[in-house]
Amino acid sequence: MRLSVQEQPFDAGAELNAFTAGVSGAGAVVSFTGIVRDLSGTLRAMEIEHYPGMTQSAISAIMDEAMTRWSLSDALVIHRYGALKPGAQIMMVATASAHRLAAFEAAEFLMDYLKSRAPFWKKEIGLDGAEWVAAKDEDEAALTRW
Amino acid sequence: MVDVLYFAWVRERIGLPRETLATNAATVTDLIAELSAREERYALAFSDLKSLRVALDQKLSSFDAPLSGVREVAFFPPMTGG
Repeated sequence: MRLSVQEQPFDAGAELNAFTAGVSGAGAVVSFTGIVRDLSGTLRAMEIEHYPGMTQSAISAIMDEAMTRWSLSDALVIHRYGALKPGAQIMMVATASAHRLAAFEAAEFLMDYLKSRAPFWKKEIGLDGAEWVAAKDEDEAALTRW
Repeated sequence: MVDVLYFAWVRERIGLPRETLATNAATVTDLIAELSAREERYALAFSDLKSLRVALDQKLSSFDAPLSGVREVAFFPPMTGG
């Protein structure tokens, strides 16, 4: 299991290859990469703030639960903070399991929990001002299915 | 003494990222009342508790939780990770 909370960019392809090479006996690897989007074409940067002491422990707890619940062979979470440009990779999740269903489900579980339970806050810096991204009700509701 | 941390727009409204306080507040709600009575910027930041979350010693908690033995209190809006 590996968790990295970092400011610098990462190479999702290289990370995925290294993760896949490191798991033994898994029949399935699923990965997700989150990217800064610019729906209106006016985004200059996305600033991600986090709570350094809590980020690590909150994500580790979520990963531990996923490992146990889906009997994963391995799991990876990389999450960036700081100022990110549109198109930049924000974060990635990878899960490895004997079967694909567990790998898919565990990846979705990790994403749902990272969205509303990992202490990150996003601020969109636009051409005409900055605004904190509001949490969505559906993100909170998504947790109830687990 | 307790360290109080603020994140995102809570930090911006209050105007500082952290402070150390001497308080006799028994619960988070008591601490919020104490801070809100102190200055307008706190009252403004704490005006809508539905849009706030609290962590005690880096674990998500509730506003009625007791503060006894707690060393670090953090206030922030709902998280937007992922």
